Amino acid sequence: MIIEYTGIKSIVEPLIMVEGVEDVAYDELVEIRLADGTVRTGSVIDISKGKAVVQVFEGTNGMSLGTVSARFSGKPLMLSLSEEILGRVFDGAGRPADGLGAVYAEEKRDVNGLAINPISRRYPRNYIQTGVSAIDALMTLIRGQKLPLFSGNGLPHDKLTAQIVRQAGVMNPDDKFAIVFGAIGVKHEVAEFFKNSFADSGVLSRVVMFLNLSNDPAVERIFTPRCALTAAEYLAFEKGYNVLVVLTDMTAYCEALREISSMKGEIPSRKGYPGYLYSDLASIFERAGMIEGSKGSVTQIPILTMPNDDINHPIPDLTGYITEGQIVLDRTLSQKGIYPPINVLPSLSRLMKDGIGKGYTREDHQAVANQLFSAYSRVQEVRALATVIGEEELSAQDKKYMEFGRAFETRFLAQDYDENRSIEKTLDIGWELLSQLGAQELDRMDPELVKKYLRKG
Amino acid sequence: MAVSEKKTKEIYRVNGPVVKARGRGDFAMQSVVLVGEEGLIGEVIRIDGEEATIQVYETTGGLKPGEPVVTTEKPLSVMLGPGIIGNIFDGIQRPLKALEEKSGAFMERGLNISNLDTEKLWHFKPVAKAGDSVGVLSIVGEVRETGSIVNKIMIPESAFSEYSRKTRSKVQGVLEHRGVMGVLKSVAPEGEYTVMDTIAVVEFPDGTESAVRMMQEWPVRKARPVQKRLPVDEPLVTGQRIIDSLFPIARGGTAAVPGSFGTGKTMTQHQLAQWCDADIIIYIGCGERGNEMTEVLEDFPKLNDPRTGRSLMERTVLIANTSNMPVAAREASVYTGITLAEYYRDMGYDVAIMADSTSRWAEALREISGRLEEMPAEEGFPAYLASRLSEFYGRAGRTLSLNGKTGSVSVIGAVSPQGGDFSEPVTQNTKRFVRCFWGLDRSLAYARHYPAIHWLTSYSEYSEDLEKWYAEHLDKEFIERRDRTMLILEKENELMEIAKLVGTDVLPEDQKLALEIARVIRVGFLQQNAFHPVDTYVPLEKQSAMMGLILFLYDKAAELIKQGIPLSAVATTGFFEECIQMKYTVPNDDLSVIKEMKKRFDEELRKMMREYNAHRGVQV
Repeated sequence: MIIEYTGIKSIVEPLIMVEGVEDVAYDELVEIRLADGTVRTGSVIDISKGKAVVQVFEGTNGMSLGTVSARFSGKPLMLSLSEEILGRVFDGAGRPADGLGAVYAEEKRDVNGLAINPISRRYPRNYIQTGVSAIDALMTLIRGQKLPLFSGNGLPHDKLTAQIVRQAGVMNPDDKFAIVFGAIGVKHEVAEFFKNSFADSGVLSRVVMFLNLSNDPAVERIFTPRCALTAAEYLAFEKGYNVLVVLTDMTAYCEALREISSMKGEIPSRKGYPGYLYSDLASIFERAGMIEGSKGSVTQIPILTMPNDDINHPIPDLTGYITEGQIVLDRTLSQKGIYPPINVLPSLSRLMKDGIGKGYTREDHQAVANQLFSAYSRVQEVRALATVIGEEELSAQDKKYMEFGRAFETRFLAQDYDENRSIEKTLDIGWELLSQLGAQELDRMDPELVKKYLRKG
Repeated sequence: MAVSEKKTKEIYRVNGPVVKARGRGDFAMQSVVLVGEEGLIGEVIRIDGEEATIQVYETTGGLKPGEPVVTTEKPLSVMLGPGIIGNIFDGIQRPLKALEEKSGAFMERGLNISNLDTEKLWHFKPVAKAGDSVGVLSIVGEVRETGSIVNKIMIPESAFSEYSRKTRSKVQGVLEHRGVMGVLKSVAPEGEYTVMDTIAVVEFPDGTESAVRMMQEWPVRKARPVQKRLPVDEPLVTGQRIIDSLFPIARGGTAAVPGSFGTGKTMTQHQLAQWCDADIIIYIGCGERGNEMTEVLEDFPKLNDPRTGRSLMERTVLIANTSNMPVAAREASVYTGITLAEYYRDMGYDVAIMADSTSRWAEALREISGRLEEMPAEEGFPAYLASRLSEFYGRAGRTLSLNGKTGSVSVIGAVSPQGGDFSEPVTQNTKRFVRCFWGLDRSLAYARHYPAIHWLTSYSEYSEDLEKWYAEHLDKEFIERRDRTMLILEKENELMEIAKLVGTDVLPEDQKLALEIARVIRVGFLQQNAFHPVDTYVPLEKQSAMMGLILFLYDKAAELIKQGIPLSAVATTGFFEECIQMKYTVPNDDLSVIKEMKKRFDEELRKMMREYNAHRGVQV
């Protein structure tokens, strides 16, 4: 039996405390009825005997102690799922937001999901060609990977993500391919930009969108990535789709988590974020991968804006420990007018080593990548020296590196928004740049490869 | 189910993985309880009057106040017996394969699963006979657990506990020293048995008996007792040059590998798990990525143990509690791992534990401590962080076990410092309890210099302890070569300070040579390619010979430079590049190539000297 409780004890935006409740479970979904008849949704975040703390997704404004009643549904937040969700738009808590009515549900799932048994996973090895040289050559994206974009406010992370989605997505039209887009506290224009770019590349009918915009309630943000991933897991592991999940902006998610934690009076850890931020983020990012016995995959590209461009801030820091690498955007490169402004040195793809080389991309791929990294990191040292003693005073070899650095940024990194480079082309450009340095500088390579490829490009 | 009132309480409050229960039941600290209708596994971590605080090893969504909590009256224990090696468990030793069979790819909760397969038949071969005198951990038989590992069936301490209680005064001594306490009344004949079958019976002087099974239980938070600790003076050879040559770890030693994300902690741990010459590897994936565990699971069965030639999985145990699995089980996982290690150590094996990452374990402590509303110490970590770390690393060591076997447990713990800052509490406290520190460096990783162990921040206190072993088992020059190599790297650091300001071109020639040799050491020796068939594992002999050749080149080139021959002229020989490439070009099992190189270097450099002198003679 569902009972409506009116015994609300206290309200602290966006939490309400209900007293005298019985048989209420942790994580349960709650309907809150206001005096004027409107209904809001919330979930139980703390219970003790006779008391429940409910967080209200839409916020508590307009509520008063006497006029509000709460109904406990007995279930956590569930998402209705069927293949019909493709092409639909939902709000941040998974309710239809496109005026097309409810989804006919084949199945309902708890948005919190369950952890994948490590033994049931399939190790991701299939390389995804994004057509972006820096990514393909140096931080290769693998199907089933979680590879976040570490960005800053005002950097072109949206544009780059849209380019990746477009070029990686429609490469193989026979493939069952879907995109799940979760907008977490982003500006209206950002959501609109993605919608348009999906429409332009003709994939809108394969996109599922979960939109929580910046003026939507912050608590709802806790559920947005979970809804998105529940939809993605369903499409991937039940229906065999290769799903690309774009989550933006994870920083807004973490801030919402902090907001709620501080309202619950929890002991804060670094910068006021709760001590369980790592576990909580892991419960989102680990929902990527492939499992035995299913053709589908979930690949995640979460975007986060580093507060003050600081990679040591708890959000990027903890994210980097969970995800399988990161793509780091750089303000200095962006100011130099280089698009995409990827700072390759701190960027990394952990799964790359098993998805490239002979049989996947090309046998020289790893060697070229290592050598480019090593040379470009030498460039940084030389540049530092040049700022002290002047470029003129550099040794002949160091001057070569200065030249290499410029060429690397303008010819290898930089490319157009609609330029889709093949991996062969990318690697050939790499060899061309390396040949400027001369064979004796190629100390990361097997001499055989140098013989075979140098000056071939 | 009628459970006595003495054993139950009711859930009062649920807060993430922490549940509070109230009621009459008498719960003991650290005993295992079953929480709620589904019987989720939990452990009592605090008692306050009628209220017990419980950390739950499974997700707590859906738990309701009022549901029962029942104590099992047993501490959190692991099952020890054949069937551990080659298996993969979660943080509280539940086999993941069995979990998959029950609930599919996504892990559900409340599944009641035995830690070891109790139905599987093992081929038992007795090594003791009726009438033999036996004590705690005496070996009665053997079971071939995998192709590489023979499980020695030991009489558990518990078999003696009943008798011990009766004769308390004598027993104190018995448990601490190897002492004969009983006589084997019978031993099962060779044949197939399950771990639950009785395979021996011990008779005590007062006529009481105790049955022995292949399986025994042990509480994870309690170190297994030993007769005595032995000095650690043998190296654990890993085949990784920077480790073996510069910062070695001993068998039974402890090491920490700290590094921010992307610096190669996991990669280093994988390399060690593959190549180090321990008998058994216990790999604890503690709060790390699911795909990394899958990688080990897929790769290890295909790789061969360099010593036995058999599959690596036949000597490996995996404990996987990935970051999204329950946080309390993550806290338990390191104890589970080290208890399994101690069990095999008692049989006389050298066991190495890789814990990746101890920071996640520390964070689990912090998370639970926060939920308990304890007063935090540094950065929110509980004040007992240091004592927990010391307890864990303290369980490493080379020991003489109660049955007289010599074994060891080496512990290599990865640390993931927040923001890559080594001054944070977990790194700092770990440093106090380990004797070997392999500091991973971000700038090396950015330049893809792997392993990114930085030679200036790392150290090993074992270097000296091992010197005798090197002198006896390797060659006499090894220690001298190692010391000189370190000196050159330190000198490079000093010179680079100057070079950063003025450029390298203006340095005198001998300093330029030092920098060039340091480069050869960094690129040719310290960098190691884990994906190259020859370079991934390098025996100590080759490591020593490589250092020898580089230093030889240094000495010869220095002579030339003293004579006024510029470095650029010496460089035209290409010998520096040849030294860098020798890790690929010299086979691991044929060091004569290095001898030939040495001879050739010597001849050519002498020739150069002669020509140069002759040339100069003409000019004068």
